[in-house]
Amino acid sequence: MWYYEKKLQYPVRVRECNPRLAKFLIEQYGGADGELAAALRYLNQRYSIPDKVIGLLTDIGTEEFAHLEMIATMVYKLTKDATPEQMKEAGLGAHYVNHDNALFYENASGTPWTASYIQAKGDPIADIYEDIAAEEKARATYQWIINMSDDPELNDGLKYLREREVVHSQRFREAAEILKEERGKKVYF
Amino acid sequence: MNEPLTSAYYDLLEEIQAVDFVLCELTLYLDTHPWDEEAVRQFNHHAKQSRQLKKQYENQYGPLFQYGMSYSSYPWNWKDAPWPWQV
Amino acid sequence: MFTQRKFYTPYVSPTDPCPPIRIKSYETPPQLYLGFQPPCLPQYATAKEALYRGTLWPALYSPYESPYKRGDTGE
Repeated sequence: MWYYEKKLQYPVRVRECNPRLAKFLIEQYGGADGELAAALRYLNQRYSIPDKVIGLLTDIGTEEFAHLEMIATMVYKLTKDATPEQMKEAGLGAHYVNHDNALFYENASGTPWTASYIQAKGDPIADIYEDIAAEEKARATYQWIINMSDDPELNDGLKYLREREVVHSQRFREAAEILKEERGKKVYF
Repeated sequence: MNEPLTSAYYDLLEEIQAVDFVLCELTLYLDTHPWDEEAVRQFNHHAKQSRQLKKQYENQYGPLFQYGMSYSSYPWNWKDAPWPWQV
Repeated sequence: MFTQRKFYTPYVSPTDPCPPIRIKSYETPPQLYLGFQPPCLPQYATAKEALYRGTLWPALYSPYESPYKRGDTGE
């Protein structure tokens, strides 16, 4: 089971009400390479992978939920008290008529999250390599959002999240090495 | 808790976030390096530090966990604002 | 010398409609080079510094700034 801890993993700050940036950020909330997809991908792969990497998938999957909460916090702060007019100007008019200022698991262009964003091939190598690729894609997405953002305080949080993708990628690369080790070969039934 | 939080709150929270971050990093590292004794020692040292800081935090600002992972004062204050995204 | 940003020069056609960006770049962060992390790598001096870097180990730190804001791709 899981326990909720009533704190963020990292101090999230944003400088100003800016629904346009929220529209871009939602990509990392409900997009293909976003934090929700990451958390669900890793936690789901745990059931069909060798025991020696289950701990890593559990812990990275859990950390992704902490990142999902950080993204939600950024979107919440960027859109809190934004008027319907401001939402419309930010390109969030269609979002507003469906959701008001509520968050929704969708990507930057408004497509709802779908389980087809994630894979579970059941092959340990295929799954771990998917995870490495997912981390690199999420890192790239953070780069593109940083390139679009002029809010230095928001960018501080985004650079932190980008760095976490780097570390997760490192650990998954190590997991691939662990799966390749000869030690696992001599199992007799 | 409807008055705005003080800078002392943010300082203590930041201290907890820093110590817990080291624990997060060491957790992932140890998942692939279970035999690194020095890292295990550092992990346990920070785990102790984290518990002490959280005890102090909870005495002043209310529980960080529920389902019995934190004690409650009376009345039940787990449900009190502000929540993490609000502070 | 180890760099975390690589550059390349794409072909520029005389018929390209947008003003050409002659030098393009992409990121090559440290996890691509580190291999299985060796034990006892140097760590940041304080927990707070680690938090704000996003990693405990300088060997895994990857700074990022928009290449468009600093003119890195321009020249």
